Amino acid sequence: MTDVSTIRPPRNQWWDVWDQFKTHRGALVGMIVFLAIVVFCFVGPYLWPYSATYIDIRSRNQGMSFAHPMGTDQLGRDIFARMMKGGQVSLAVGIVAMILSVFLGSLIGVLAGYFRRIDGLLMRLTDLFLALPLLPLLLVMSMLFRQPLSAIFGVELGIFLLIVTAIAITSWMRTARVVRGDVLALKEREYVLAARSIGTPNRRLIMRHILPNVLSPVMVSATLMLATAIITESALSFLGMGFPPDFPTWGRLVADGVDYLQRYPSRSMLPGVFISLTVLSVNYIGDGLRDALDPRIRGR
Amino acid sequence: MFTYTLRRLLLAIPTLLFIALAIFLLLELSPGDPMADMPLTIPPEVREQMRIALGLGEAWYVRFYKWLYMFSVVEPSHVLANMTGIESLAVEGQRIISFQTRSPVADIIAQRLPQTLWVVGLSYIFGILIAVPLGVYSAYRQYSWVDQLGAFVSMVGFSLPTFFTGPLLMLIFSIWLGWFPIIYDTTLVVDSFHNFGLQMRQMAMPVFVLTLYNAAQINRFMRAAMLDNFTQDYVRTARAKGMSEKVVVLVHVLRNSMIPVITVIALGIPTIFTGAIITEQIFRVNGLGQLLIIAIYASDFPMVLTLSMVFAILIVGFNLIADILYAVMDPRIRYD
Repeated sequence: MTDVSTIRPPRNQWWDVWDQFKTHRGALVGMIVFLAIVVFCFVGPYLWPYSATYIDIRSRNQGMSFAHPMGTDQLGRDIFARMMKGGQVSLAVGIVAMILSVFLGSLIGVLAGYFRRIDGLLMRLTDLFLALPLLPLLLVMSMLFRQPLSAIFGVELGIFLLIVTAIAITSWMRTARVVRGDVLALKEREYVLAARSIGTPNRRLIMRHILPNVLSPVMVSATLMLATAIITESALSFLGMGFPPDFPTWGRLVADGVDYLQRYPSRSMLPGVFISLTVLSVNYIGDGLRDALDPRIRGR
Repeated sequence: MFTYTLRRLLLAIPTLLFIALAIFLLLELSPGDPMADMPLTIPPEVREQMRIALGLGEAWYVRFYKWLYMFSVVEPSHVLANMTGIESLAVEGQRIISFQTRSPVADIIAQRLPQTLWVVGLSYIFGILIAVPLGVYSAYRQYSWVDQLGAFVSMVGFSLPTFFTGPLLMLIFSIWLGWFPIIYDTTLVVDSFHNFGLQMRQMAMPVFVLTLYNAAQINRFMRAAMLDNFTQDYVRTARAKGMSEKVVVLVHVLRNSMIPVITVIALGIPTIFTGAIITEQIFRVNGLGQLLIIAIYASDFPMVLTLSMVFAILIVGFNLIADILYAVMDPRIRYD
């Protein structure tokens, strides 16, 4: 107590989180794999000479070679380039859908937890959404609104918006429930009372005092959402309800490859491995984050 | 307890009505036209008459009301009449007709149901049978190699999408080893041991894919619930009383840990029907999921609406069952 030299200088708490995160080996490996996949998909196309949509019919159905490390497909398109392009779409859909869904879930969770008057209404709404058959509904939505949205925004952006929105509005419920529970408990804490007693308006009370404290459950559910969103997008593409056929995504590549499973098994296996690796690494990151963000586990 | 159940049942009715309305309006908004596949040479006035014949001529609320009446009165009575064999039970009136096949939707669903029930149901039972003992052992020997392996396998089962594991199994077992057929043959009648063997072989892969997924989900809950209970005081008391380890683990801890796990199992039953859509599509099992996909492609609105509603009823129903089971098993829970 008297020895000042042993007192460490104050540290940002995120360094503590990082220290704990590093001890989770699966999470660390997961993060490296995930970053590698992101770099592969978003930086790779600038370095790779072939385009994902360039058709070279004379060199179709080639096996693995130096020029085409993963071979070419039935139209002679380079599969390596298609894998990068498909990854871009799958990751972009996953990340944007995750952000939207977490935003929606946190918003509804905070509103329901903080304002008692609308709590009942919002939670009934959440229960209602939980009772919906989600995958059938997603399929129906993505089939029904495909044409009007492509007409307004163009095929690429239209379908992107459609799938991202559809995934987000069918997946926000879990986050909302977790956030509401935490906000209900936080609202009764002394520091919130203190802040209220000096006249802090509701808006600032939520932004400055409540939100930072629900950050850790939100981050954990965000990683889970990212994994779910990637799987959902791939499933939709696999069923032919996602992006149009000339537009590679990982799910689409698996579906296209299944037709050639007998002769060219790698064609559906490789994108499948990419999806699985991404989801697996994201789930491990989520596991590590959960431990790292829990102050009861951290520092032990 | 009884009043709680009654209240929940009454509350389920407006919920289901709202879901039905939401799905109906979603389909109503859609530009998809059930007449889109008809030849373009059909004159417009004939086309209009065909639309009216399909029942599309009336305002949406009239059609919604009619569908609701058919779904909640006519169809259940026919199903009941078919099941009991008493023809007089069936209520007279228009039935819900599929746009694709022009036959009652309920009949098609009844044809497709056994395939789904066999494949999905078996995989769920296997999933539980694997996940529960594994979860118990993993928690009892925490951080042992079995636990580590179980955690890894359940993480993999949790993360690998079925549309990847499906083709992977097909590649290994159908193409390389040639053990199992790629396509599920629904016309197969099990009347001899030979056909029984064929049936087992064609069911093996879809059941395995779904079992892996279900076991992964349940295993995580089972392990967490057991770990929660092992640190409780009553476990120490039981050991201090001199009870054998077997009794402590398998009677005291297991029974208490099963409370959350059984509700998770009950909650998961409806999702396996909807989640099996992809697996059925991969292995060409013509169950309910595949029926839904085909109906969506063909803009067969009565079929899509009815099937979605069946799924919704399953979800709402099993939510209710889960809540009631929770109260039945855990006397500390009081709803009244």
